[in-house]
Amino acid sequence: MSATTEGVLVEPASAARRRRWLDLTLSFCRRRPLGAIGAGVVIFMILVAVLAPWISPYDPLAIDFAAMLAAPSAQHWLGTDAFGRDVLSRIIYGSQTALIVGFGAAFIGSTVGAVIGVASAYFGGRIDLVIQRFMDILISFPLIILALAMVAVLGNNLPNLIAAMTVPMIPRCALVIRSSALSVREMPYVDAARALGYRHTRIILRHMLPNVMAPYLIMLTAFLGQAILLEASLSFLGLGVQEPTAAWGLMLRGAAVEFAETAPWMALFPGLAISLAVFAFNLFGDSLRDALDPKLRTG
Amino acid sequence: MNERTAPAPDLLLDVRDLHTEFATSNGIVRAVDGVSWDVRAGETVALVGESGCGKSVSALSIMGLISKPAGRITGGQILFKGSDLLKRSEEEMRKIRGREIAMVFQEPMTSLNPVLTVGRQITEACEIHLGHTPEQAHARAVEVLGLVGIADAERRLKQYPHQFSGGMRQRLMIAIALSCEPALILADEPTTALDVTIQAQILDLMKDLSRRLGVATLIITHNLGVVARYADRVNVMYAGKIVERGTAREIYASPRHPYTLGLLRSVPRLDEPKRERLAPIQGQPPDLTRLPPGCSFRPRCGYAVERCAEEVPPLERVAGTQHSACWEKDKLPVRAAKPEKVPA
Repeated sequence: MSATTEGVLVEPASAARRRRWLDLTLSFCRRRPLGAIGAGVVIFMILVAVLAPWISPYDPLAIDFAAMLAAPSAQHWLGTDAFGRDVLSRIIYGSQTALIVGFGAAFIGSTVGAVIGVASAYFGGRIDLVIQRFMDILISFPLIILALAMVAVLGNNLPNLIAAMTVPMIPRCALVIRSSALSVREMPYVDAARALGYRHTRIILRHMLPNVMAPYLIMLTAFLGQAILLEASLSFLGLGVQEPTAAWGLMLRGAAVEFAETAPWMALFPGLAISLAVFAFNLFGDSLRDALDPKLRTG
Repeated sequence: MNERTAPAPDLLLDVRDLHTEFATSNGIVRAVDGVSWDVRAGETVALVGESGCGKSVSALSIMGLISKPAGRITGGQILFKGSDLLKRSEEEMRKIRGREIAMVFQEPMTSLNPVLTVGRQITEACEIHLGHTPEQAHARAVEVLGLVGIADAERRLKQYPHQFSGGMRQRLMIAIALSCEPALILADEPTTALDVTIQAQILDLMKDLSRRLGVATLIITHNLGVVARYADRVNVMYAGKIVERGTAREIYASPRHPYTLGLLRSVPRLDEPKRERLAPIQGQPPDLTRLPPGCSFRPRCGYAVERCAEEVPPLERVAGTQHSACWEKDKLPVRAAKPEKVPA
């Protein structure tokens, strides 16, 4: 105890905090190697998406009729599609779409869901009942059906796509967060905040929400993988991102189906990219849940 | 019944004939059943009684924090600085909570938010109620930390609650309560969760601060030992009613209600010959949904007479400022402990 207090005295708080994060990260890698691999792939994906203009060998939209349906070779590592577009470049740029939509939908979906869940638990009674029944109705629709319906109603540009995908996520997150928030609601510090004359919104957002951070992070990471899969599915069904934008789901349809036997690389590699991304996000999310779970139980 | 008619000018809080009920599946619980008491500016008043007698509900009623719709204040007045708190809107009450009347809770381990720094939890109240800038609020936080005797304030403010011990956390709770300079602090069992040596420190601190800053304090406790040392006046509650009231000195020297007598006998004392065993109060606290007719304490009372089963004894003056709600109040034994020292 005394050693840590002295340590704080010597080094600035920010450095101590950085060291704490480093320690946490290292122990996470040691204890959950699978999760660390997942996290590594996720980080790799993010790097690829950010560096896409510099690392992709070709313009993802450049049509090259001289090299249509070319098999993987030294020029085109993963081959080309029916328009002669480089598959590797399209996968690299496709990661941008996947991550923007995935992170956007997962972040908005779980955050809105968390706020609704905490508010529902905080107010309780009739308000809780009404919110929960409404969430039950939303949850009774399969994820993809609800997202499909929303895209059909809203129209399919990128923001609408993200909005449509958040709708089925909100109730799922709200349910989980509510159950954690119910126990937080019974903590004396919430009563203490009431006794200090704070507003409901302040108590919900500033005092209760930070206390359900662990389940929130778990829901967020779980949604990331789902969102990427959902985006790919919607694009595959023609209700997601539109041509000629590079998107993994989009690469699986149209010509890819037509030439599935003669040019399997057109569908194989984007399919692998989707699987790898979802797998990595889920591995990371699962390990994160395991790592945070004991705290959930004791907290 | 109406023992007080005109409000005395120096009354800070005047609770009159307060009724608070809870609807439960077993019926209506009259947690506070026609209780009147008051607090003058700057003094320390105690509300004493065992678990479930309505002490905490009284405090929550004053704060307007009775959980609806199960709980309801069905009658009475709570006059704070002369105006009735029960008539205030939620918005107006919010400006009173924390600003005019602050609360200190029982569990210091869980009454502080674990994810916010201690400093933030003190400055937040100042920023909201006093409109302080972050700098002013910080200065105020350093000041109140000094008041409650926490050294090295600048460093401590950056820490989280888990870095403080139980006693230190209760000091923090007091610091938060004091931060907006309230006129009244409601301390709900402030020392119950602490060990004995820390209890004395915290109570000394509260007494000292109350005297220095002129803050009135209501101490809610089940411990008559606490009361004797720190309170100016005492109200003893049983089953939602006040059964005895008086100055701490009066009550301690010659309790005039069998329940108070029982409470005092059940406290171990070092300043008198060792008894073979403590004398507990027989029986269980009553079921508030099914109170017996007459005096609620009768089933557990060793002095009960026939009349006790039929009529509820009113709170009547015994001597000085001491009041007791007992038919047999004049026939109770003078307290065994050193009767020769009872002040006149």
